[in-house]
Amino acid sequence: MWSFLVLSVAVLGVVTLLTRPLGAYLTAVFSGERSARSRLIAPLERIVYRLCRITPDHEMDWAGYVSSLIVFNAVSGALLYGLIRLQGYLPLNQSGVAGQDALTAFNTVVSFVTNTNWQAYSGESGASTLSQMTGLTWQNFISAATGIAVMVALTRGMARSKTRHIGNAWVDITRAVLYVLLPISLALSLVFVAQGAIQNLGAGTVITTLESDTQTIPGGPVASQEAIKVLGTNGGGYFGANSAHPFENPTPLTNALQVIAMLAIPAGLTNMFGRFVGDHRQGWTLFAAMLILFCLSLTGMYVAERAGNPVLEQAGAAQHAYSGSASGNMEGKETRLGVGDSVLYATSTTAVSCGAVVAAHDSLTPLAGGLAMLNIMLGEVVFGGVGVGLAGMFLFALLAVFIAGLMVGRTPEYLGKKIGSREIQLTILAVLAVSGTVLIGAGTAALTPSALDALLGSGPHGLSEMLYAFASGAGNNGSAFGGLDAATPFYAAAIGIAMLLGRYLFIIPVLGIAGSFAQKKAAEESAGTFPTHGALFVTLLVGTVLIVGALTFFPALSLGPILEHFLMQAGTVL
Amino acid sequence: MDTVRAAIPGALRKLDPRVQVRNPVMFVVEVGSVVASAYFIYALLTGSGPAAFLGQISVWLWFTLVFANMAEALAEGRGKAQADTLRKTRTETVANLLKGGSVTQIAASRLRKGDVVVVEAGETIPGDGEVMEGIASVDESAITGESAPVIRESGGDRSAVTGGTRVLSDRIVVCITSNPGETFIDRMIALVEGASRRKTPNEIALSILLSGLTMLFILVVVSLQAFATYSAAQVSVPVLIALLVCLIPTTIGGLLSAIGIAGMNRLVRHNVLAMSGRAVEAAGDVDTLLLDKTGTITFGNRQAAEFRPLAGVTASELADAAQLASLPDETPEGRSIVVLAKHLGFRDRDLGEDVEFVPFSAQTRMSGIDYHGERIRKGAADAVTAWTRELGATVPDDLAAEVEAVAALGGTPLVVVRNTRILGVIYLKDIVKGGISERFEQLRTMGIRTVMITGDNPLTASVIAGEAGVDDYLAEATPEAKLELIRREQSGGRLVAMIGDGTNDAPALAQADVGVAMNTGTAAAKEAGNMVDLDSNPTKLIEIVEIGKQLLMTRGALTTFSIANDVAKYFAIIPALFAGAYPALGVLDVMALHSPQSAVLSAVIFNALIIIALVPLALRGVRYRPLGAAKLLRRNLLVYGAGGLMAPFLGIKIIDLIVTGLGWV
Repeated sequence: MWSFLVLSVAVLGVVTLLTRPLGAYLTAVFSGERSARSRLIAPLERIVYRLCRITPDHEMDWAGYVSSLIVFNAVSGALLYGLIRLQGYLPLNQSGVAGQDALTAFNTVVSFVTNTNWQAYSGESGASTLSQMTGLTWQNFISAATGIAVMVALTRGMARSKTRHIGNAWVDITRAVLYVLLPISLALSLVFVAQGAIQNLGAGTVITTLESDTQTIPGGPVASQEAIKVLGTNGGGYFGANSAHPFENPTPLTNALQVIAMLAIPAGLTNMFGRFVGDHRQGWTLFAAMLILFCLSLTGMYVAERAGNPVLEQAGAAQHAYSGSASGNMEGKETRLGVGDSVLYATSTTAVSCGAVVAAHDSLTPLAGGLAMLNIMLGEVVFGGVGVGLAGMFLFALLAVFIAGLMVGRTPEYLGKKIGSREIQLTILAVLAVSGTVLIGAGTAALTPSALDALLGSGPHGLSEMLYAFASGAGNNGSAFGGLDAATPFYAAAIGIAMLLGRYLFIIPVLGIAGSFAQKKAAEESAGTFPTHGALFVTLLVGTVLIVGALTFFPALSLGPILEHFLMQAGTVL
Repeated sequence: MDTVRAAIPGALRKLDPRVQVRNPVMFVVEVGSVVASAYFIYALLTGSGPAAFLGQISVWLWFTLVFANMAEALAEGRGKAQADTLRKTRTETVANLLKGGSVTQIAASRLRKGDVVVVEAGETIPGDGEVMEGIASVDESAITGESAPVIRESGGDRSAVTGGTRVLSDRIVVCITSNPGETFIDRMIALVEGASRRKTPNEIALSILLSGLTMLFILVVVSLQAFATYSAAQVSVPVLIALLVCLIPTTIGGLLSAIGIAGMNRLVRHNVLAMSGRAVEAAGDVDTLLLDKTGTITFGNRQAAEFRPLAGVTASELADAAQLASLPDETPEGRSIVVLAKHLGFRDRDLGEDVEFVPFSAQTRMSGIDYHGERIRKGAADAVTAWTRELGATVPDDLAAEVEAVAALGGTPLVVVRNTRILGVIYLKDIVKGGISERFEQLRTMGIRTVMITGDNPLTASVIAGEAGVDDYLAEATPEAKLELIRREQSGGRLVAMIGDGTNDAPALAQADVGVAMNTGTAAAKEAGNMVDLDSNPTKLIEIVEIGKQLLMTRGALTTFSIANDVAKYFAIIPALFAGAYPALGVLDVMALHSPQSAVLSAVIFNALIIIALVPLALRGVRYRPLGAAKLLRRNLLVYGAGGLMAPFLGIKIIDLIVTGLGWV
């Protein structure tokens, strides 16, 4: 327990320490300050603008911004579709991977465009080195940059007043890639390589095992993809085993670094938000709410995993053979890592909408699996995906201010801007889109025989697999309860649609809100202003996230993980 | 009790789906009630299914609807009573129409804008208008409830008359300014009855949120049916409807319009008419209050506080002259000088013959007497010095210092001169109303800035501003300066409220976010403002702000309460739903309810009764406290948020004990 505690405190401590400098850097980058433009990158930026004929000073209104993002995403998605359909005929395909079929390719494209990285295929056998290095890696950068751009635009909307302009989408994406994602990824990949992650263009090495069988040890440009996988909260692994694979995640240090990398940018963005709106406390408040929710989930998951499975205990499989972070429920765990590291990684990857995994989530104890699911169902707002996670937390802040803010006797306002019916309408649309997609998707699956055939589990666990799949899709997380066969036509299509709805029916309203707030005048703060910083508001915000999440998903969860837990306690497993 | 009985027919009439569809939350309840009733009737006819249970569920679902309608009907009923009183004044009056010099009698209802009528003592004024000729005392008790008559005269700021009020003395000629059906009284009736009520911006936003939550819960319940089917735990449709109705925010959904109507009525009870609900909401948001000094912060009249003789003049010399100059002066200031002199030992005296009173005029800006060949004057410093110089005398050097000293104290200096000798200065003092600075302190804790508006010079204004405790002041205020001040405040994102009466206030009233016109004011002022204060009491602005805040607080409190309630309802209903298929989920039944049926029924009954229980709160409003936002939030979150979480656990348990005790399930 102590090692877990030390590890968690250290990791979260580093994230907290990084938040401030990263926030300062992000602020400088996205407000176009000269100080942020390194001599190395600035010429590169200018070349991009010249090549793409971007006028950096040209600002867009929200509709222009959102259509630029969508068109850009659509065009790069179309190119990726062509690439993975034809990868069998293209070079850099040492392992001879064939092109994906139409439906799987659709799923893969949507998955990588929406920053989900739900992999209906297995990394080694479904994507050629070319696809991985160009198409998928490009998308890893672009989808993350899109998310960051959304949050930057939203932040501008709050910081500005009486304007229709919320920035230039092309400039924001370019800067997010060039100044933020590329340099940090580069540094991170070098560390990963130094720690033993592989980085080559080899076809894999065929070796003879002790039993005189032959085995292929795969190769590939892993470390470079690994960095952006976590940094951009993408989560798509080079290998099917994802970060449980020693080539992706060789040491305890890389394991901790991956968690830090997942959390760093979402956390840094809270600080950027505070700086832009001219009040650091506003950023720290959102950060604190996220951190509290994170710790609650982490604690719950750890307790559940350490307790293990009493049914297995009775069957003679000791859950507590020795004390230490590795004891507890070891099913589906990488033995190098054990319960503590796995739980920290599992909490982070679900809270942050990353989706990279070091343990089989399907094998988590019911409550731990339920918490992983709940992290996603809360709307991926506990740090959340780069950019969009904070945007989601922002929407919850709007809801909290709107409902409770009336109780101070004023029309609710957030950061001095009155919350009117348009903002509420768009907030509701975003919440309904994501939650509704999960409920309708899982509900449909529960009644569709072909969807039920693709399950490994039955009874409450089968329901959990379906709920997790649609939550992961709509929340753009990408991790899964692996028992569910994601490659079946039903899931390839349905999850594909869920990912699209969860991404764009969220981004569009958020940018709509940005545009609407940008036009509003900000009122000065007075003693009568509803305080949106400090402990009371953090409590209110955490309460709002939990209550809205619980009210939406409690009935479903009660028939899934909650029921499974009580059945397990009672000694029966369906 | 009578009002409750009177509201029942209205509540039932509102069950009409065409009415309900305007409120999506309650419309869902109505559809649910119809479906549940259909299941009940089917069970009754075929003898299949638990008819008694279904019957009770249906009945309570209908009750939920009726209770919500009842709240609205009650709120409207209160307004109707006020409207009826008003309507009595509108009974057929006869108007004396003046046309081409001759008077013809026509029905008041046929008067058009621009008609000219004559109203004599004892007659009722036939319509809203402006006095063109004459002066009269008018009984306006019909609209203000104030029995003392008021003076209405042509020209100036007291020329507006209201239809339905009665002329008590004299004769006036009135030019009608509104067509039938659009008069002030007509508008008032429409307002208090809620007929012309339109949803306010915040109410619309809240309705959208509530509709959104309703849609979300429909998805939750529909998908739950799918999950239950997968889990082989059959759930009957009426029970799912019961769950849905318990989850959607019926408490606030049912009380929302009642809260709005009650807020308007509360204003009417304070004798303030808001032209729109939007203005009431804006009143809660006000950041800056512009208050006239005279009448609001200070009493209308200044009083003499001290005689300040110049060098070489004795105090009694000055007091003697000042008293002489003021004896025939009937203004309150003049009286106060005589009173002050009396305190110094100068008795009232009979002036006898050979006295001529020189009244104050705008040209001389002095008043006084010519008495036994002596000319004694008192007046503004510059007027007196000019007068003295004109007579060839010199002005003592220490006068300027003395005058400034008085101004620095916040007083008005009056200089007294006897023939050509300037004797000294009378210090006239503004008296700040008791308790007003505490009031401003409260406003400050609420985050509201107060700005005093006065025609005084900056020095005087600053002293009174300091004494009264206002945050800022506008001295030597002209209508343009007021307008400019409002614009400046608004450009900083602040909402401004002001009260005014004169025609020259009209632009500022129109520019202010909340412009309250005094009823005694001109028609122009009343048109420009968005509220009218029937009592013409300038302090009213503060109460208006409080009522606006109270309206918003009530809405927020009930919304928070309503949403927080849902948590407990899950713990009642979810274990009950699946108790048959999965007894293991019984652990979630923390309230230890008697049976699945009693659990569902208790939750539905609680959901219906809580609406009735909260009707008084909705109509009366959450108690208003002048606290800062942070304190108010902490307090209200505790009461309505935490309270809302806990209350239903207790309530549902008690109802469960009662229904099982009564043997209903």
